[in-house]
Amino acid sequence: MEKISTVTGVAVPLRRSNVDTDQIIPAVFLKRVTKTGFDDALFHGWRQDPEFILNQPAYRGASVLVAGPDFGTGSSREHAVWALRDFGFQVVISSRFGDIFRGNAGKQGLLAALVAYEDIERIWEVIEAEPGMPVTVDLVDRTVSAGELTVSFEIDDYTRWRLLEGLDDIGLTLREEEAIAEFEQHRAAWRPTTLPIREPAEAGN
Amino acid sequence: MTASSERPRTLAEKVWDDHLVKQGEDGTPDLIYIDLHLVHEVTSPQAFDGLRMAGRPVRRPDLTIATEDHNTPTLDIDKPIADLTSRTQIETLRRNAAEFGIRLHSLGDKEQGIVHVVGPQLGLTMPGITVVCGDSHTSTHGAFGAMAFGIGTSEVEHVLATQTLPLKPFKTMAINVEGTLRPGVTAKDIILAVIAKIGTGGGQGYVLEYRGSAIRALSMDGRMTICNMSIEAGARAGMVAPDETTFAYLKGRAHAPEGADWDAAVEYWKTLPSDEGAEFDAEVFIDADALEPFVTWGTNPGQGVSLSERVPDPAAIDDQHERAAAERALEYMDLRPGVPLKEIKVDAVFMGSCTNSRIEDLRAFASIVAGKQKAEGVRVMVVPGSARVRLEAEAEGLDKVFEAFGAEWRFAGCSMCLGMNPDQLAPGERCASTSNRNFEGRQGKGGRTHLVSPLVAAATAIRGTLSSPWDLEQAVTEVEAK
Repeated sequence: MEKISTVTGVAVPLRRSNVDTDQIIPAVFLKRVTKTGFDDALFHGWRQDPEFILNQPAYRGASVLVAGPDFGTGSSREHAVWALRDFGFQVVISSRFGDIFRGNAGKQGLLAALVAYEDIERIWEVIEAEPGMPVTVDLVDRTVSAGELTVSFEIDDYTRWRLLEGLDDIGLTLREEEAIAEFEQHRAAWRPTTLPIREPAEAGN
Repeated sequence: MTASSERPRTLAEKVWDDHLVKQGEDGTPDLIYIDLHLVHEVTSPQAFDGLRMAGRPVRRPDLTIATEDHNTPTLDIDKPIADLTSRTQIETLRRNAAEFGIRLHSLGDKEQGIVHVVGPQLGLTMPGITVVCGDSHTSTHGAFGAMAFGIGTSEVEHVLATQTLPLKPFKTMAINVEGTLRPGVTAKDIILAVIAKIGTGGGQGYVLEYRGSAIRALSMDGRMTICNMSIEAGARAGMVAPDETTFAYLKGRAHAPEGADWDAAVEYWKTLPSDEGAEFDAEVFIDADALEPFVTWGTNPGQGVSLSERVPDPAAIDDQHERAAAERALEYMDLRPGVPLKEIKVDAVFMGSCTNSRIEDLRAFASIVAGKQKAEGVRVMVVPGSARVRLEAEAEGLDKVFEAFGAEWRFAGCSMCLGMNPDQLAPGERCASTSNRNFEGRQGKGGRTHLVSPLVAAATAIRGTLSSPWDLEQAVTEVEAK
């Protein structure tokens, strides 16, 4: 996972609440065998409308999504995070997130920043006044800055630490590499190994 | 390894303690070492993709094994797979296994089959180890006294990369089954009775340990059937303490320890059974003497009763949520309260799945149907759990018995247990199935499933209505003689 400390990029105002994960990525895209390449699936239904905010040229290449309350509710699909990430988003800002979505985001290096709703409205006003203007999200100071405006956001200490260090669960476990290797040294010889392949005796059972 | 504590410990605690890479502190989870990782085509593609993106190798390809089962066809296995999604998933697994150096048993290979049949058959599953797989029925392997449980795709990636999992300890529940099963009553009836008793959520957060004289008397195949369905009671794992039956099953299998390793293993395995005075967080008692052939009437595995009973009346259920669930289930199953279960006609019989597709299951089914004709209009499908089971069955002539009976003899795979391949029920069709889930639409959209043992499946295939082997006088005598 890439380390995140500050993200500066185009911010998209998504003036909708209760954006569930079915809206973020419809079920039909879950049959795929990859964990990448879901950018076309993101908000697939809404993107059929040419007026949809993500279709507007000013917001091309956006990396920060500023959404209404209750973002990422519903189905647990990790694909919702994959789709946002593949589209180019590094930060999602909302005043309330679906629990599972927030957990999944932390595991995949997507910063879910919790901002008070009145501050979200202030951010919307600023970025809508000048579409495409860059905003800066600072994970060290826990702030979002847009033009003259600076507001703070919340994130739990553990997730913040993992994002700053660029650690996914696997990265964290690999910090115990020495302990794992030590454990393996004492693994008894009788314990199973799949390789090299041993052929069964052909005398039936 | 931790020093052996003074406190008496359960089997589950012993296996856990011996896999502690690092004890968690301040609410962080323990880090547990994984001895054996089983992989199949459906839950692994994104895990491998994750490794590729992070540039990570598989830490221990030599503790990992893959096979193709969920999507595979059970007919024409030498032809390209017709369904594009299925074919893509299988081709992806083949590419991933080659790239990451993982042993794979593909369709057509002698060791291909349902992942939970393949592991034990190769002697890879053994007492005192940890086993994971991206499949909830991984609990099957607990029959050997292993700690075995299903995991999600992110965790599959985690195990591939680190050979460990961060986990919080489970609670333990003893399921005591004392007594002697009557002829015609099997391991499947025990586990269906357990689930009916504790409910589909009763095991949540627990590792179940099946104990008692009725469990000790079971073969390994029977113990696997029981542990397999632990997940249907909400438990992540089920276990049986290893004993001479376990050792005899393992000895001489391809990947079982040999020579001095075997002796060291057996010595250790004998220390695994729960200590005298070990405390379980919960206990359940089942009287084996009183058990009868069981059947489910609803749409979750806890909705089951003895086959001699009638379809229950939801109005008689006190708990309002259970009552509502029963009403919905009867509507979906198109059943009326009070109807004797034995009057229910079936359209299909499915003999297979990771619950009941091992050689003993096929022998049991064959012992009932030998020399008989299936009921008219009933479709009977027999799907061995692995290519090797299929070969064994054919060496014993069981395929001829099935074909003479009028059943279809198929190639190995998960098949109609979950209908990811073409083996599905048509809408409205009713099936007596030896599988593990009777969820709405599980065996095909609109399909209706009654979970049963292989003996009940066989009797049902003969009579065309849900039937116990007790309804076939002669067959019972044969089973008794075995």
